[in-house]
Amino acid sequence: MNNEIIPLINDFITSEILSQPGRNLSIDENLISSGLIDSLSLVDISLFVEDNFQVVIDDTELNADTFDTLKELEALILSRQE
Amino acid sequence: MSTFSHRLWHYFQNDPERVSIYLQEAGKDDYPLTYRNLYQRAAAYAETFAQEGIEPGEVIVLIFDYSPDLLYAFWGAVLHGAIPSILPFLTEKLTPERYLSDLTTLISVTRPAAIVTYPNFENVVKKATDSETSVRAIIITDQIISTPKSAHSRYPGFERSPLDIVLLQHSSGTTGLQKGVALSHQSIFNQIQSLSTAIKLDPKRDVIVSWLPLYHDMGLIAGFLLPVLCGLPLVLMSPFDWAKAPYRLMKAVSDYQGTITWLPNFAYNFCARRVRSRYLDGVDLSSWRSIINCSEPVRWESHQAFYESFKEYGLAPNTLQTSYAMAENTFGVTQSELNQPPRVEKVDQEYFVKKRVARSSKEGKPFINIMSSGAPLNNTLVRVQNQDGQIVADRVIGEIAIQSDCMLSEYYHRPGITGKSLQDGWFLTGDYGYLSEGEIYVTGRKKDLIIVGGKNIYPRDLEELIYEIPGVHPGRAAVFGVFNEKSGTEDIVVIVESELIDGNDRIQLADEIRKHVTKNSPIALRFVEIVIPKWIVKTSSGKIARKANKEKYLAELS
Repeated sequence: MNNEIIPLINDFITSEILSQPGRNLSIDENLISSGLIDSLSLVDISLFVEDNFQVVIDDTELNADTFDTLKELEALILSRQE
Repeated sequence: MSTFSHRLWHYFQNDPERVSIYLQEAGKDDYPLTYRNLYQRAAAYAETFAQEGIEPGEVIVLIFDYSPDLLYAFWGAVLHGAIPSILPFLTEKLTPERYLSDLTTLISVTRPAAIVTYPNFENVVKKATDSETSVRAIIITDQIISTPKSAHSRYPGFERSPLDIVLLQHSSGTTGLQKGVALSHQSIFNQIQSLSTAIKLDPKRDVIVSWLPLYHDMGLIAGFLLPVLCGLPLVLMSPFDWAKAPYRLMKAVSDYQGTITWLPNFAYNFCARRVRSRYLDGVDLSSWRSIINCSEPVRWESHQAFYESFKEYGLAPNTLQTSYAMAENTFGVTQSELNQPPRVEKVDQEYFVKKRVARSSKEGKPFINIMSSGAPLNNTLVRVQNQDGQIVADRVIGEIAIQSDCMLSEYYHRPGITGKSLQDGWFLTGDYGYLSEGEIYVTGRKKDLIIVGGKNIYPRDLEELIYEIPGVHPGRAAVFGVFNEKSGTEDIVVIVESELIDGNDRIQLADEIRKHVTKNSPIALRFVEIVIPKWIVKTSSGKIARKANKEKYLAELS
């Protein structure tokens, strides 16, 4: 578990995508399959991850199978940073 | 060459190896589809439809996402003389139950004879046709014969009259109560001819590049039928691939020397903000001669952002153009002049809002930029009229009305609505705008409609959805759109009255509303405000006054 990844992504999603700054997403909450993050915002997440964690998520991977929750996204980032 | 079938046959006979469509799919090699293959696969569908007892003139509903089978099934229905209608596929976020109920309603109005879909979607479609139904056959792609017996020119589609309905196009309203715009061969040919003249289409040089979905008029007419019927190449990618990687559009233009693309306004902002330069190494956009902004209100600021982002890749400044279009006129109504930027008028803001007249703004006074959508196509007459149906002077805002030889035949099986939209031979568009020096400037809408990223959303439909949530009472929700400068399209705002006092309870209710609307409608909801009882403004007859609520929201809550 990394202490920084989840809060950073949480803040990005809640303020930039959901327009609800200050909200806390649960780490197991489904983000993509639930429709919370729509298809036009997925690319924003990949760009944010790239800029902040130097991890590239290919566009063919931008779907709920690759990650659907904050926890899964964190695991993906950590596995690629190694 | 008087029908779609004749036109397809013409290319199949005379130029079979010509590539009609380059199909692009992320992670796969591009697939060049020749007229020979398109005709033969379509013929296989046509023969399957005949085997299944589908009669010419009957409606065949096509439910696919981006797939070559969609193209084959469409043309197969045409060759069989049936009437294809493309519907959107179930998306990841939409609940299957909602999709099913919308589909069931649509079937009950449109009364199709057959539905074509993928094997793994057969069960959903079956459920929609459980009760008493017009649907005699659910045809899955596995069932299509592999080789047509004849691939000749004697399919029933060749017997159709040019005035017969060739397709239905469902593009607005909730899925279930969507109006099916019925178009004849002749209307579409007339539209294509006038549009081709306006954009100086050159079948020898032009290459169209599109990611637009084919269930929408812009994608269906401009991004599919125009190139196939005129014999010019189309590079077609999936809307989902584009949304995840917008640079694919630029890459496709560069790889295929693309010349023309139609885009909704939000796509200009989307591309400008999300395309990273590292994806554009070696990309050359100098072949792009027309990028036509259409189907949402057109914004000068969006054009600027797009141009600034891509000029270093050879994008010419005069490439960005505009059009005003609607499914009821087949597609295009106007087109801005080529080889120059669309006109932009600086209009006195106060005068515009108070007097509903677009007067040039004087030095130092607040103004708004309004971009022209261009002049009417040569087959279309446009006028602006007041509530009493009288023509108003230039620069006075009124309702836009049109007349042309490419109008819809009818709203399919909805005679009441068809009659209401026509007045003395003029089609009332429900859009507000003004004319100035022969060009049309669209300024707003009479009808309650919000356009989000090119999707038409009726506030009433969302309000009805919100009333399904426990704790929300009918008449206590107001939905409207607010333009978002950053994204170049409208955001939907929901206001709901509630007696809840506790802050957490209110957040929870707002969350419920967000989730319910997102899972049961085509859009994702963002702005939900829970307000105290009696906050919402109503008209004297007790209806939700959306405009007044929007003004109140902008003044008090945003």
